[in-house]
Amino acid sequence: MRAKDFRPPILSLRFAHVWRRNFLVWRKLAIPSMLGNLADPMLYMLGLGYGLGALVGEVGGLPYITFLAAGTVCYSTMNTATFEALYSAFSRMHVQRTWDAIMNAPINLDDVVAAEAVWAASKSFLSGCAILIIIWVLGLSHSPLTLWIVPLAFLVGLTFACLGLVMNAVSPSYDFFLYYFTLLITPMVLLCGVFFPTEQLPGTLQAVSAVLPLTHAVQLARPLVVGVAPADPAFHVLVLLGYAAVAFYVALVLTRRRLLS
Amino acid sequence: MALLEVKELRKSYGEVEVIRGVSLSLEAGECHGLLGPNGAGKTTTLRLCLGLADPDEGEISLLGLPVPKSAREARIRLGVVPQLDNLDPDFTVLENLLVYGRYFGQADEITRGRIPELLEFAGLTNRAKSKIQTLSGGMKRRLSLARALINDPDLIFLDEPTTGLDPQARHLIWERLKHLLNRGKTILLTTHFMDEAERLCRRLSIMDHGRIISTGSPRELISRHIEPEVLEVYGEDVAGWASEHADKLAMRAERTGETVFCYTSRAEPLLATLQNRPGLRYLHRPANLEDVFLKLTGRDLRD
Repeated sequence: MRAKDFRPPILSLRFAHVWRRNFLVWRKLAIPSMLGNLADPMLYMLGLGYGLGALVGEVGGLPYITFLAAGTVCYSTMNTATFEALYSAFSRMHVQRTWDAIMNAPINLDDVVAAEAVWAASKSFLSGCAILIIIWVLGLSHSPLTLWIVPLAFLVGLTFACLGLVMNAVSPSYDFFLYYFTLLITPMVLLCGVFFPTEQLPGTLQAVSAVLPLTHAVQLARPLVVGVAPADPAFHVLVLLGYAAVAFYVALVLTRRRLLS
Repeated sequence: MALLEVKELRKSYGEVEVIRGVSLSLEAGECHGLLGPNGAGKTTTLRLCLGLADPDEGEISLLGLPVPKSAREARIRLGVVPQLDNLDPDFTVLENLLVYGRYFGQADEITRGRIPELLEFAGLTNRAKSKIQTLSGGMKRRLSLARALINDPDLIFLDEPTTGLDPQARHLIWERLKHLLNRGKTILLTTHFMDEAERLCRRLSIMDHGRIISTGSPRELISRHIEPEVLEVYGEDVAGWASEHADKLAMRAERTGETVFCYTSRAEPLLATLQNRPGLRYLHRPANLEDVFLKLTGRDLRD
């Protein structure tokens, strides 16, 4: 590693050109992409919500499908950003060499990495909006507080985009991403209160859960869906932002080492 | 003013020093060739000049700006054709040009104004709406060249622009590059094709093992480094003939397999010894750039 790899990020508005490139590509397949954003979480919510919900009844004082809806918002935005920052960004960086082409123009790597993070967060934002619409259509919530889901989806997306970009920076191939899913994403899905309250877990697992970023996303999203203000909102937002900032910096250092040596 | 000025560049990866004191100067309007075998350091030199890697030592001035410090600003007036095509597969031919123009912060109206001319230049006018995957290798190279011109650059870097192309496609690229030179553009080109270097480049720098071994016009390099005539002799009996005559009559003789290359300024005595040797065939020709290249970089295989 060289000292220069560790310098602070140098960001500029030029990242928007790269963001716009990704947006243009997405726009070509916008309809199937949006349908995917809607269908996948809806199947989860309907299948588990009604199927499992009929067996378990109320969870934490909520109908199970409402409980699940809040978890699905977080789980789904996490997934969207993760896939974008791993598979799609890796295609652009390593397979198609799109980043190389961009860096031959007057745009630096820092802006390219920032654009990928913001782009993945933007896709999460769309995914979050799609689920919010389902929540409203199914009548699971009528609270105006649910509108906070919109910025929350972007924030959760940004956090997981940055975490994914760390993996992207060190991955030799697509196969490598499976470790990330096994070691990080799957535990997060199961330990962070998406499908059941974290209080059901044994103490040690609860301690693990408390430091995982998805837990903090769920603790913001669930009260919002119910229609009450979350407890300690600033704390949870700062945890998510902290994960995003540290992960972005680590991703940047590792990507500089990979591409600019 | 030199459009590119490189002084005493050095770069190591781990224990291996891949660039070992490269100096280079590009005058406006010239086509300068970096000629060298695989692994000589040509692509690394370009990456250093683009500011995509930092040299351990040395100075680079690109279009009047210090690199790597102001590399991004310098790239505003630079065009790059990379060794491996990296056209955007998610876009059509036209979209590739339009989106690339945006990376330069160039207004869409300016880019759109240039696109018809660039498509014509690349011979792709009727493929504007084609997907990249449907283009042939030659078309992709031409589009890469057109894309490198989207910002109307003063200087163009071309990294092995015709590697992997068939002769027709290569000739078309050369013709397009000459056209650019006639319009006053400056070109830095890496290649390992002698005919390409000889046709296009006013000056050449022969590079090997991270060093520039010799610089000059193709003719200067030939007269500086090599005897004017070459006699290539081949056949089963060549070993016997060589030990009998070649070493005595040629100024220099090199043997690879069943061929002996005799370098000389007077081939007649050698030719006379071949008259009653039906088992041997020969080719008598003037020395060329390839002879210089092989003399300076050796005949060993590079991987």
